[in-house]
Amino acid sequence: MALRSLALATRKTLTLGLNSTRLTQSRALQTFSLPDLPYDYGALEPAISGEIMQLHHQKHHQTYITNYNKALEQLHDAIQKGDSSTVAKLQSAIKFNGGGHINHSIFWQNLAPIREGGGEPPKGSLGWVIDTNFGSLESLIQNINAEGAALQGSGWVWLGLDKELKKLVIETTANQDPLVTKGPHLVPLLGIDVWEHAYYLQYKNVRPDYLKNIWKVINWKYASEVYEKESA
Amino acid sequence: MATSQNSALLPSQAKFELKPPPYPLNALEPHMSQATLEYHWGKHHKTYVENLNKQIVGTELEGLSLEDIVVVSYNKGDVLPSFNNAAQAWNHEFFWESMKPGGGGKPSGELLDLIEKDFGSFDQFVEEFKSAAATQFGSGWAWLAYKASEKDKKLEVIKSVNAVNPLVSDYFPLLTVDVWEHAYYLDFQNRRPDYISTFMEKLVSWEAVSARLEKAKVQAAK
Repeated sequence: MALRSLALATRKTLTLGLNSTRLTQSRALQTFSLPDLPYDYGALEPAISGEIMQLHHQKHHQTYITNYNKALEQLHDAIQKGDSSTVAKLQSAIKFNGGGHINHSIFWQNLAPIREGGGEPPKGSLGWVIDTNFGSLESLIQNINAEGAALQGSGWVWLGLDKELKKLVIETTANQDPLVTKGPHLVPLLGIDVWEHAYYLQYKNVRPDYLKNIWKVINWKYASEVYEKESA
Repeated sequence: MATSQNSALLPSQAKFELKPPPYPLNALEPHMSQATLEYHWGKHHKTYVENLNKQIVGTELEGLSLEDIVVVSYNKGDVLPSFNNAAQAWNHEFFWESMKPGGGGKPSGELLDLIEKDFGSFDQFVEEFKSAAATQFGSGWAWLAYKASEKDKKLEVIKSVNAVNPLVSDYFPLLTVDVWEHAYYLDFQNRRPDYISTFMEKLVSWEAVSARLEKAKVQAAK
């Protein structure tokens, strides 16, 4: 009897200890900040203008981060107060702005100046699996561009890896939905922003020209690294 | 069903025409640049009309009015391929006619009375309209629309995604602002709230909105 009480008491103490650890962790709310671009704003010209890169990074991406941080803080408060209605209401702001931060962070790494390998075709295992799945890199690009051009409104076109089916997929997402919203096993290798802000000042309404030119600065090295890591 | 404007339908060809805005392309300067009108009307709107015409040839949609094509293609949300082009063709014509050089200010008469009744005050309406336009995530439109039922007649602010408009929900659209990025990017870049404020203060044609309300009331009475 005495032993059992001791065991119970110990378990309660352990649980209390864990709870207070969780409480402490939840108070330290991480805020996000704008990652630096690994290249100058003008370094992707003439494929993407410096003017666009600067606005895209300093205004659009920054705004997603600012609003994401704000929404997370409001969520944090709502959770602590047990305000489920506010928690539910905040979900769309978190998806929009968090998704915007996720997607743009990937995007900057998907691009590289030509002198740093931008546009160089993928080698190694990714190059091989592209040829196997799509016949050729040109064919893959044609498919991605067709999907990107056909997307109505705002969104992204992705080359992803389906980790479960172990194959490459082309997918589109609306607005700032991350690729994972199309399938929990999908990992983004490369994404192209087809929101008008990504190309309008330079290409105006001619989205297909933007899609044709962006491949000159696509950083296949990054996509290969992700592919190799995720398909290991 | 709201039929608040003529669509330029030529019966002999059953093809829609790209109707020019009711003012020269530079007439909304400096609030909306000529360059914006040249691209927005001359490329975006034009492409919707051209593609719609190609799409409806030889189909049962040929010969219908533009508004009918919009509603039929909407298909209760399970949209047919022609919806996007038809609705965007309609939306843009409606948008040009929602603006005028020297626009802005306040409405008057019955329109103002209705606004005050349904929103509390004109300023509160403006706040709600601007908020809807600013918070329509991604591409879309913000609207002032009129709904008439047996019990009630009221104004509502609505926001819609991509090509969707209030015709599909049986409302009478009275006013719209395009919040696709192409509508404001050349003039305002990322600053959508500034664009919306400029639209309200300098561009809205309250005459057009009042005329549409009159038509809507007549339609509703039928």
